[in-house]
Amino acid sequence: MTQRTHRGDTAGNDAAVLDRDGLAALIAGLSAAGFSVIGPRIADGAVVLDEITDIADLPAGWRVDQAPGRVETRPADPDAPPHLFDTVLPAQGLKRYLYPPRRRLWQADRDAAGGWHLSDEDAQPPPALAFLGLRPCELAAVAVQDRVFLEGPYADSDYAARRRRAVLIAVNCTRAAATCFCASMGTGPRATAGYDLALTEIPDPDAPRFLAEAGSDRGRALLADLPQRSADPTDRAAADAATAEATRQMDPANGGRAMIGDVADLLRRTLDHPHWDRVAERCLGCTNCTLVCPTCFCATVEDETTLDGATATRWRRWDSCFAVGFSYMHGGSVRREMSARYRQWMTHKLAHWHDQFGVSGCVGCGRCIAWCPVGIDITAEAQAIAASEER
Amino acid sequence: MDDLSSLIDPAATPAGDDPMRPRPFRIARVRKDLADTFTLYLTALDGAPFAFRPGQFNMLYVFGVGEVPISISGDPADPAVLVHTTRAVGTVTEAMGRLKAGDVIGVRGPFGSPWPIEAAHGQDVVFVAGGVGLAPLRPAILAVARHRERFANALLLYGSRTPEDLLYRREMPVWRSRHDIASHVTVDRATGRWTGRVGVVTKLIRSGGFDHRHAVAYVCGPEVMMRYAVQALDAVGVTADRVYVSMERNMKCGIGLCGHCQLGPHFVCRDGPVYRFDRLGPLFDIWEL
Repeated sequence: MTQRTHRGDTAGNDAAVLDRDGLAALIAGLSAAGFSVIGPRIADGAVVLDEITDIADLPAGWRVDQAPGRVETRPADPDAPPHLFDTVLPAQGLKRYLYPPRRRLWQADRDAAGGWHLSDEDAQPPPALAFLGLRPCELAAVAVQDRVFLEGPYADSDYAARRRRAVLIAVNCTRAAATCFCASMGTGPRATAGYDLALTEIPDPDAPRFLAEAGSDRGRALLADLPQRSADPTDRAAADAATAEATRQMDPANGGRAMIGDVADLLRRTLDHPHWDRVAERCLGCTNCTLVCPTCFCATVEDETTLDGATATRWRRWDSCFAVGFSYMHGGSVRREMSARYRQWMTHKLAHWHDQFGVSGCVGCGRCIAWCPVGIDITAEAQAIAASEER
Repeated sequence: MDDLSSLIDPAATPAGDDPMRPRPFRIARVRKDLADTFTLYLTALDGAPFAFRPGQFNMLYVFGVGEVPISISGDPADPAVLVHTTRAVGTVTEAMGRLKAGDVIGVRGPFGSPWPIEAAHGQDVVFVAGGVGLAPLRPAILAVARHRERFANALLLYGSRTPEDLLYRREMPVWRSRHDIASHVTVDRATGRWTGRVGVVTKLIRSGGFDHRHAVAYVCGPEVMMRYAVQALDAVGVTADRVYVSMERNMKCGIGLCGHCQLGPHFVCRDGPVYRFDRLGPLFDIWEL
């Protein structure tokens, strides 16, 4: 790159172009400022979110393909353009960082008088995390969880603290996996809100670079400090073309995947549909879909007592509506049938979430399709119900 | 980029008002009501009064055992004492039943929607209870008793399995004599020296005793009992927009965040447990929802 300039170049202009040195400077700068940088990297043959300290930790030269019941991580083709972020989605998103799978709620100790009292919690601030390489669907999922945890009558203070500290740096998608359907959910492949910085990777073999757009004051402050040049129309056109390609790939006319329209109303009126039984014939109730879903928020509590009975600890842990015990009351569970449990998940996600939170609970990331051991496809199940209604 | 450390929000997690942390209450008295049912009278260790509205519930925690949602059964006009009538049906409630005066229990709440007794002002008020379902209605009955002049006829229609399962048997005559709240009681199966009615509670609804055009009904009991009670009320002319029910679901948090209590679009802990029946609508009839 030529014309490299420093601070202030983006004043009044929220877009700039970074080369790989610029990206490296971003990672180094965030680390220097006290953030742990969390991004995609290869571990155990899969792409996961984990701490990265250097641009070399990113999954350059790797490609992830997903299909129903299948996730394949493999070296990119030798002649493929030089991507740093061609791995679509990590197995799990950032949910586990903002909303940990297991968290201690409190601890209580017996006292001499036969009573007990809660210990004072040491109110440690959560870690300061900067997420690099978030996909637009994941940003959308954070916005969904914000509504759940922050905007109801009761807020989750732990989520709030983690969320406030999190820096969100998106990478727009230039390729869709076969399981992706964000375009039909209105959440991608290009981020429109909710980020501090959004990068679009332009895998130009001669000049690999990123169009960087700031979406917050924090993002503007970050960007202003990086070696960069201002974005010109060529950069913007290249970024537009790259994300348009992902949209094209998701178009059903090109063999892509999409959620049917008006799915919320469809599901609200088909709670008694026989199709739920047909899904239940395949569903194993394994809870994979709810664990990888970036918006699923259901949790249970666990009580743990020391052997001497002196100390009791209460934990919150992720739960799944696919577990029979999830709906247990004295006398038995409400949702004993697999069909009722699948219906609960799908109708909550796609219909009742709107009633509860004013937004869909599905962001179209397709993880539930990819990680389902039998390849149950939420878009295909919705289509099947819609098709049977038309008959 | 050192100045960017100012980008880190310095705020720590506030622990004080966390709605997931129970408040300790001391058990002032335990009353054994039935073979499997008991009433706890609780006072806050910090002495603070516990204000609530009829129909609301608390999450009650037994040290080292667990936590369960239990409706409040006390008098809303007496916030100094928190009263819970509980039937022992599981691990936590059975452990709760073994607690004694002086023991400490954890309380989170009050949660959920109240019985809107003001909806019955100037009209007949009909309470329909099944079994231990009378316990969540008791605060509403006491609230009606306190402002009895605001209502026309007041009536409790109460059914249980056997005479031995009837709750608050000593109180019902007081409600009648002091507050003109009549009780009509029936049992599914007569035992001992029972000379009263035998049959399901819907029979009492059909017997009337209230002005169906100007009556509001508050129904609490097992789901199947509420289903038939609502049908019977509708059959005598008390339409679903004048019928309130209290729903029960698995609850872990009480604040709409754990997802366990969902009933279609509803979080029963937050949007319920008390619903005007027409707002619950057809969801009530869908299998395993």
